[in-house]
Amino acid sequence: MKYVDEFNDRNLCLSLVKKIDSLLGGSEVSIMEVCGTHTMAIFRGGLRSLLPPPIRLLSGPGCPVCVTPTSYLDKAVALSEKEKVIIATFGDMMRVPGSNSSLEKQKAAGKEIRVVYSPLEALNIAENNPDKKVVFLAVGFETTSPTIAVTAIEARKRGILNFYLLSGHKRVPPALESLVRDGDLKVDGFILPGHVSTIIGVKPYLFLAEYGLPSVICGFEPLDILQGICMILRQIKEERAEVEVQYSRVVKNEGNAEAMALLHDIFIETDSEWRGLGPIAGSGYNLRKEYGDLDANQVFSLMDTASVETDGCICGQILKGLKIPNQCPHFGKSCIPSSPVGACMVSSEGTCAAYYKYG
Amino acid sequence: MCLGIPVRIEEIQREKGLVTLGNVRMEVNLTLLADDLAAGDYVLVHAGFAIAKVDEREARETISLIKGMIADEVCR
Repeated sequence: MKYVDEFNDRNLCLSLVKKIDSLLGGSEVSIMEVCGTHTMAIFRGGLRSLLPPPIRLLSGPGCPVCVTPTSYLDKAVALSEKEKVIIATFGDMMRVPGSNSSLEKQKAAGKEIRVVYSPLEALNIAENNPDKKVVFLAVGFETTSPTIAVTAIEARKRGILNFYLLSGHKRVPPALESLVRDGDLKVDGFILPGHVSTIIGVKPYLFLAEYGLPSVICGFEPLDILQGICMILRQIKEERAEVEVQYSRVVKNEGNAEAMALLHDIFIETDSEWRGLGPIAGSGYNLRKEYGDLDANQVFSLMDTASVETDGCICGQILKGLKIPNQCPHFGKSCIPSSPVGACMVSSEGTCAAYYKYG
Repeated sequence: MCLGIPVRIEEIQREKGLVTLGNVRMEVNLTLLADDLAAGDYVLVHAGFAIAKVDEREARETISLIKGMIADEVCR
């Protein structure tokens, strides 16, 4: 078993679609997929056109790059202007617009910006450039944060003193709770993020049941997503609201205790600002005091600035599932993947970017 | 951004696993997994780290649940 092809079986997919149709019985159901990787998987698998029309799939705030505020980008841009500083970043961050520039534009202007696949590569860049200061742009959900925690520990272990983190981590459950508490949201159930859940497990989502919202933690292949939708519909039919796990081959109820322990050794929960959604209590991670020497904010005395949102951009409402990209005056005109205006266009996993590519 | 890929570990050297992704042979950091791992196991890889062990029994059960769901009206 290779865990990919088996979950792409065309005949099983078509049978599940029929099953979904019969479970629906003609009634309309709105389901939000929280994770951007799901948004992309749904488009790539052609599931939107396959599913019966009464199913409405809404994309939530699920891409950590999209929700990184301009104030964070402005700090990264300011750091790249400094002498002997190398910025190391995941590739998705390159085009995210700050107030006046982006990392892509900074690189074109000759600043030292390197794209890495793993935070450990950023650490190696620091080790190989002892006369430079290397700042890693530490963004990501709970899937990514533990990998950065290990990298921080590794920096200490290897005695690398020119490596710093600019913390922009985001936590999914507080953002989800803030969305649900917001009376505007009209959804009947959630497809919950599979890979975030390998780390945090089931417990952080249990509040969804209190709001009467059926939820299923899903994998990313077409069969996973279709089975997940089936499970949500079954809960609705049986008037249950539980957090179920479809993606049981990698998600355990308790999550990854080892990863959570390492994460909490290095980081502490903090309030955090989300592009398009605003500040959300307890929705981020910052370095603990004991790791202050790694904190780019402290070492470079960076100041927080106010984030600017573009006039007319409806990303906030798109991230809440209230509007779709085609309803935005910027979409496909002044806002395209190569020069994005708003949060949802900046990463390839953003809702607008997905609609632009496949819509 | 939260992309994770199931890959087979070919060899283990302390906290590192050697894997082949496409045609590229690469190292995967295993620090985040407390599971006992052996060559031949599949792990889910994200940003150069194994973040979960893939459970073959659960994968087979999911497929059979899907088939059951289609066949006899059971949606787990």
